[in-house]
Parts: sequence; structure tokens; C-alpha cells
Amino acid sequence: MIPTVPRPAFAKWCYRAYVTVFFIYLALPLTVVCIFAFNNSVFPSPPWEGFTVAWFFGTEAPFIGVFHERPILRAIGTSTFVALWVSGLAVAVGTCNAFLFVRHEFKGKALLYMLMLLPLIIPGVILGISILVFSSTIANTLEDATGLWFDGLRPGLILVILGQFSFITTFATLVISARLQKFDPSLEEAALNLGATQLGAIRQITLPFLMPAILASAIVSVLMSFENFNTTLMLVGSDSPLTITMFDKLKQGSTPVLNAVSLLLIVISAVLGLFSLFFPKSKR
Amino acid sequence: MKSDASKLGFYLLLAPILLWLIVLIILPHIGLFMVSISEKVGPREFETGFGNYAAFFGEPLYWRTFARTAIMSILATALTLILGFPIAYYIAKLTRGRTKTTLFLMCMIPFWVSELVRTFGWMILLRETGVISTTLQRLGLVSGPVELLYNDAAIMVGLVYTSILFMVVPLVTTLDSLDDSLIEAGYDLGGTSSSIMREIVIPHAMPGIVSGCIVVFMLSLGNYLTPILLGGKDSLWFTGMIYTQFITRFNWELGSALGFLLLALSSAIVFLGLKLSKQSLSNTMGRT
Repeated sequence: MIPTVPRPAFAKWCYRAYVTVFFIYLALPLTVVCIFAFNNSVFPSPPWEGFTVAWFFGTEAPFIGVFHERPILRAIGTSTFVALWVSGLAVAVGTCNAFLFVRHEFKGKALLYMLMLLPLIIPGVILGISILVFSSTIANTLEDATGLWFDGLRPGLILVILGQFSFITTFATLVISARLQKFDPSLEEAALNLGATQLGAIRQITLPFLMPAILASAIVSVLMSFENFNTTLMLVGSDSPLTITMFDKLKQGSTPVLNAVSLLLIVISAVLGLFSLFFPKSKR
Repeated sequence: MKSDASKLGFYLLLAPILLWLIVLIILPHIGLFMVSISEKVGPREFETGFGNYAAFFGEPLYWRTFARTAIMSILATALTLILGFPIAYYIAKLTRGRTKTTLFLMCMIPFWVSELVRTFGWMILLRETGVISTTLQRLGLVSGPVELLYNDAAIMVGLVYTSILFMVVPLVTTLDSLDDSLIEAGYDLGGTSSSIMREIVIPHAMPGIVSGCIVVFMLSLGNYLTPILLGGKDSLWFTGMIYTQFITRFNWELGSALGFLLLALSSAIVFLGLKLSKQSLSNTMGRT
């Protein structure tokens, strides 16, 4: 079953057919979502009523396009805000973790590494409720003790950011650590020999080397934050990010506006995703 | 010999990870457990006890949903492995160069898109007025509209679709590292396709299989969107139950207990998977 070992033509043909069917299965849902964003009908389902871009730019009811639909625009803004915070925090902590795990030997390192991986195997819903319960307990205790209000610890954007940060950091750590492991420490030593300070050497030699991984993990963090649903669902307050807004709309009944938003999401995430894959390689 | 400066640096690096893990992971889970073992006896009065867990075992609806979620997740994992393995093998062993990169990317793209969008796509395809139903009617294969949505099969299709990438990617990585000459040697020594698969390819791919299965199982078990949107009125999912207890019923004590049971189940399965295949968590998960 490798190219150098001959196989019967029929078996080969069957295998190819299976692979083709599989890729059709992969592409089908996304394709129909995109196609029905241009359907001139108030339901995203057949029959095809003709081509329109009203679901993007329309201003008259019922054809109100994405770019004129306030709740969706606001949700995109909220999601962007959350994603930038999560990405910034996750990359900063991830970089520190990479240096800690690659450069230092200490007692309990294996245990700490395993703890660092834990968020990967905790279901997102549980991560959400545990942070919700914990922060509410603290808020209750503090409010009872001081008589003041602690709205930051109640469901809302701060909790959403913390909740997403709590597992996205693991991904950032893994990506940046992998790159740091490939770094040749003698380069840094050379800089030290030439009179650089420790911090200067890291800033001028090591960080530029890590930059592709840092950027890639920043992009992946933004993507993961943008599309996270489970953890966010449990922690969301009155400002809901895009996925939650779309979910609420979808439960009420779908309109092609959702297709239009989805199309934009597909395009943006495909571009960002490809960028995160190719950027580290081209910079090498 | 460590200077004070490097020691300071070490502690500065240690601070963020400890803060992250303790404040956002460890303490919340301890808190969750504490809430799950407290019972409400009056307004703002609580007693420690396992009443919430007793409620879970006493009410068939809860533990049946729990078992159903677990069984369907295991089924979804097995299905994903069976469907994904040939694809991973094809990408890793039978394609080269540009084709390989393209196929791999085509596998990755749906994973970058929000799960909500993917599920929405399946709703458009499967519902009564959807694309598949209309096409079947157009072709004259069925006489009236057929409802393909809101049943367990639809949930399964959605679950496999959502998680198959997490199976294919680790499998491609491990299969890529298997040298073709080992397979050739197997044939030279008189092995058949199935014996080579069993004795060379699958043992080599084991780390990939384990990490793929763990991730897929976890994602299915913790999934909320797919069962809620694609499943019918009686296809309950355990995460949906937790959500109801927390947000709708405001019964955080029972909700925490249910959450903790879900966490225990997923940890147990992960642990079992690692033990059975003699892998460690750092080995399988740390290589993404």
C-alpha cells in the first residue's frame, strides 16, 4: 500500500473514490453556507431565487445586510476586543512558559508541564462553569465583607477573556516552546561575549528568532478565541461575542444574514489560518 | 553556580504560569467540587453532603443521559478513527509534494472555521426544506419532503465532521515519520497487506491514534452546539443538562455535581486510553 508496491487497479480506484467522497463531505457544509448567502430569498434553503448581495449590503427590511445589522456589528466588535486581549495575554504568558520549560531545570518540572497540558483535556463547558462558580464565590464573599459591588467577577467580558485565556495559553506555550527548542544557545552566548547584557541578548537575538512562532500563535489564539463557544457560553454577560449572538439568532430561526456572516468568517479564518501556517516557514 | 540575577529571572518566569494554573485551573476546580458537595437547606444556608450526587443516581433521566452521552461519544470516536485513518494514510503515504500540502490544507480549513458555521451548514443540508431533501425530491427518489435533521444520526454526522480534523492531523504526522522501506521490507519478507497494517503501520501510528482518539472523545463529550442544534427534542446531551441547571434552573449545586461527573468521566477515559496504549500525556498531547 505504498507507491513502490504494485496494487490491483480496482483497489486503487476504490481508495481514490473514498478519498474524493471524504473531501466532498468536508467541503459540502461550508459550500452550501457560502452559496445561500447570495440567495434572493428570506430563508437559507432551496429553491434558488436568484443572485443577490442584499444580505451583505441591503438596507431595506427584510433584506438587511450584515453591514447594516447593528447587533451583529456590535458582536463582531465585542469578539474582536476579547480576541485581542486573549491573544495578547496568551502569547505573553506562553513566551514566559517557553523560556521556563526550555531553559530551566527545576524540581517538579514534569509535574508543572503536565498541569500546563491539563486545560487541553478539560471540556470547555467545565472550564466555564468552574471559573463561573469560583469567581462568583469570591464576589459573594467580598461583597458580604465590604458591602461594595464587584461586577468584574460576575459573568461578563472579563470572565470571558479569562476563560478563553485559560486554555488558549496552552496552545501558545506549545507552539513557542517548539520554536525555542530549535534555537542555538551559542548565538546568545556570542552576544554575551560581545558585551550584550542578558536581557539585551534575549531582546535582540532570541526574540527575533522566536518572532514567527509568536506571530503564528497570536493568530491562532485570535482564531480560537473568535470561534470559541462552550467556555464563552457559560461566562457571557450582557455583551455577547459573535458566536453567542449567532447561536441566539439561529435558535430563533435562520435567515441568510447568518450565511453572510458565516461567509465572512470562513474567508477571514481561512486567510488568517493560511497566514499562520506559511508565515513561520517563509521567515526561516 | 547560579547568580542571584538568574534566580530572579527564574522566579519571574515561574510567576505567570503559577498564577494562570492556580487561579484559573486548580482553584476553580476545587471550588466546583466544594459547591457540588454542598446541599441547600435554607436560603443561603448550606450543608456538606453528597446529596447532589445521590440526586444524579436517583433520577434515571440524569444517569441515562450521562450514559447516552458517553456511549455516543465513544461511537463517534470509533467512527472518526475508522473514517479518518484511510485519509491520513493516503495523505501521508500515497501523495507527495504539492498534492500532499493541498490535501492537508483542505483538511485544516474547516477546523479554522467556527463550529457554529459548520453546524449551520449541516442544518441547511439536512432539514426538511434543505438541500438534500430537495435534491432527492427533484431526482424523484422520494415523493415528499424528508426530515433528516433532529435525530441521533444527524448528531453523529455533525460530531464526526467537527472532530475528524483532530484525528487526521496527528495520524498524518505519525504516519509521515514511518519509513516506507519498513513497509517494503515487510512485503519482501512475505507479509500480506493486512499483516503489515497490523504489525508495522498500526503499532507505529499508535501515539497518533491515541492522541487523536483522546481529543475526539473529549470534544464529543464536551460538545454543546452539535447535539443541541442537530438533535431532536429527546436527544439530550449531558452538557445541555449542565447548562440547564446552571443558567435556567439556577441550581448551581446540582449543576456542579453534574459537571464534576462529566470531568471525572473524561479524565477516566483519557487515563485509560493512555494506560492501555502505554503512552504518557506529555508524549501524546505535547506534540501538537
